[in-house]
Amino acid sequence: MALSRVSSSSPSILLKPLSSYLSLRRRSVSSSSTDPLTVETSLPFTAHRCDEPSRAVETSAAELLSFFRDMALMRRMEIAADSLYKAKLIRGFCHLYDGQEAVAVGMEAAITRKDCIITAYRDHCTFLSRGGTLLEVFAELMGRRDGCSKGKGGSMHFYRKEGGFYGGHGIVGAQVPLGCGLAFAQKYCKDENVTFSLYGDGAANQGQLFEALNISALWDLPSILVCENNHYGMGTAEWRAAKSPAYYKRGDYVPGLKVDGMDALAVKQACKFAKEFALKNGPIILEMDTYRYHGHSMSDPGSTYRTRDEISGVRQERDPIERVRKLLLSHEISTEKELKDTEKEVRKEVDEAIAKAKESQMPDPSDLFKNVYVKGLGVEARGADRKEVIATLP
Amino acid sequence: MATLFQGLGLVTPLSSSNSFESNKLLHPSRTCRSISERKDGIFVVRSDARVSQLLKRRARTHDLLVTNAVATQGGSFVASTSKPGHELLLFEALREGLEEEMERDPCVCVMGEDVGHYGGSYKVTKDLATKFGDLRVLDTPIAENSFTGMGIGAAMTGLRPVVEGMNMGFLLLAFNQISNNCGMLHYTSGGQFKIPIVIRGPGGVGRQLGAEHSQRLESYFQSIPGIQMVACSTPYNAKGLMKAAIRSENPVILFEHVLLYNLKERIPDEEYVLSLEEAEMVRPGEHVTILTYSRMRYHVMQAAKTLVNKGYDPEVIDIRSLKPFDLHTIGNSVKKTHRVLIVEECMRTGGIGASLTAAITENFHDYLDAPVVCLSSQDVPTPYAGTLEEWTVVQPPQIVTAVEQLCQ
Repeated sequence: MALSRVSSSSPSILLKPLSSYLSLRRRSVSSSSTDPLTVETSLPFTAHRCDEPSRAVETSAAELLSFFRDMALMRRMEIAADSLYKAKLIRGFCHLYDGQEAVAVGMEAAITRKDCIITAYRDHCTFLSRGGTLLEVFAELMGRRDGCSKGKGGSMHFYRKEGGFYGGHGIVGAQVPLGCGLAFAQKYCKDENVTFSLYGDGAANQGQLFEALNISALWDLPSILVCENNHYGMGTAEWRAAKSPAYYKRGDYVPGLKVDGMDALAVKQACKFAKEFALKNGPIILEMDTYRYHGHSMSDPGSTYRTRDEISGVRQERDPIERVRKLLLSHEISTEKELKDTEKEVRKEVDEAIAKAKESQMPDPSDLFKNVYVKGLGVEARGADRKEVIATLP
Repeated sequence: MATLFQGLGLVTPLSSSNSFESNKLLHPSRTCRSISERKDGIFVVRSDARVSQLLKRRARTHDLLVTNAVATQGGSFVASTSKPGHELLLFEALREGLEEEMERDPCVCVMGEDVGHYGGSYKVTKDLATKFGDLRVLDTPIAENSFTGMGIGAAMTGLRPVVEGMNMGFLLLAFNQISNNCGMLHYTSGGQFKIPIVIRGPGGVGRQLGAEHSQRLESYFQSIPGIQMVACSTPYNAKGLMKAAIRSENPVILFEHVLLYNLKERIPDEEYVLSLEEAEMVRPGEHVTILTYSRMRYHVMQAAKTLVNKGYDPEVIDIRSLKPFDLHTIGNSVKKTHRVLIVEECMRTGGIGASLTAAITENFHDYLDAPVVCLSSQDVPTPYAGTLEEWTVVQPPQIVTAVEQLCQ
């Protein structure tokens, strides 16, 4: 995976390390691949109690290419996870992110690894954008030792401390207070970074969210709440769960911004704006208008509460990858063939990662008791009948 | 009562000493409606003036309460199904129980996430919204603390809500409401308020669902005074316990298990309600009493097969009632076998098994020939990896070993 092979210590926000890597790979490009390029977002921002950012987004050819590649990789990864689930190599719960890739990719382009991201259980792609590898993803999904949580977490519990990715949470809404806590720590340590707490339209009705928001506003925390509004909370449409589905306004006294979440450039602009805003003024809410093609999870067909026409309509008109592809073609940064080649490479990368993950070892029985406590308790864990000692907790 | 028979179109007068209890019959208008729907049903007035109905066909029938539960065996009437009753899956049994109670009592309503239009994430409330409407089968936003509290508030006025936690683990968000309001209000108000609420949902360790979705809430809730807890394990007891829980004036928490929803069993056509405080004798025996509940019942029965082959005779009791324990049934068994093995899915520390061990030791110490052995899950968050998850819960070979050691 391109992002992980490059060191993550690039200081510049606009110039992602990836772009320099990619510019080496591209054949036909001139040295101007990192020249600034301005693109207009297709939809305007809608603001609540703040001034919306400009629709003109500064980007570069290299960045657009990286968007394309990263989103294609995420898309392919999720589709592959779908097949693995159906083949029963992945069990339990599996929540797929395809359709929403622009949010992960755009956000990452606007921030550094010192900023924190925390999200709920639809976390495979966000993990990847924070520096995770495909192998760690697939190994974790298949419950192997090489997984990012050593096979003990599963699909809903991906974490990456060095990438500033704090998970990966199964209980709806519980990650938002955690995220505001991360923001508090950032303010406490005066390190000029922000935290993005992602949640869905379903979680937007959780009380703990408003509690955390109130405290963040009171204490001026650099906390950015991002509602990934894919319009359905499992099987319930947003208008049936929320009296006011204008999630960016629900902060009331907290400013908000509504963003086209299928446009990676708009997401990038919004996140950049939000970071500057939060460091000066305290919390802000971003609502990303996005869509998921799959059902809520693999056990939900996704078609009992919405029509197939709606799904295919969004795929045709708003797909994030297609949008970037059109941009690349219209600005003549790439040819059709090059993009198709990229997709083929991405597919190969995913297949190789899966093959490697399949060979990875299953966890050892002793792993059952590792990491229950941090250290030094020396408590004995006995077998089921309390007589045979099977492990002493380290 | 007379209207019932006018609806039936029977001319035969009832003897004055008929044994009907009118409160057991469904509302006459409903019975009349149901009769017109089933044209090929046979209505029989037996000599002791009980009406029984033999159906020529099929699974779903419960509209007429038959006071004589063995109706199909009588006389010259041939039931066309070779066995009495109808076969269904556990989630369908729960749904049947819920539906029957909702028909019987208009105060019963259901609240939960995706219970209405979606039909329930485990299909327990499928089609109920179409039948009873949006005000009786309520789709709530994802706000467990609030809607559980609202259910309790509604119950205080006399409504009988059935609150569904999509997974029992989510009810941790509503712990304050369940503990302080649901459990304690009857006491703290000096008996003024009753809370006839049912809180139900699937819990337990499933198939690699991850730590947060594999919790056993019965160990956390067991200390709450004022609530009753029951765990169902078969379609038969699922339906019976659901009905009993709804009819109970006390708050009841009904624990279902994620892995048991597709169990199939043949249950009676006739209406039946089980007792909330009774344990179920699964397999009588002489050598050792094995106490279990929910999914572990099946692990125990699997171990029991091996044990029988090895010459042991275990007595298996599904305790069903987790709070209060049915110490009567349990005590009788302990007095017979003098050895107790508890097999539970809760974690070792502070689980149902821990409380049960204490209760048995306190009450039946003189009858025990050996210390009570309790097999429980490990004190770890349930890992995702399949092999690790298996090692977390009690497996049949461990049960066999424990019995062998206990019976030495």
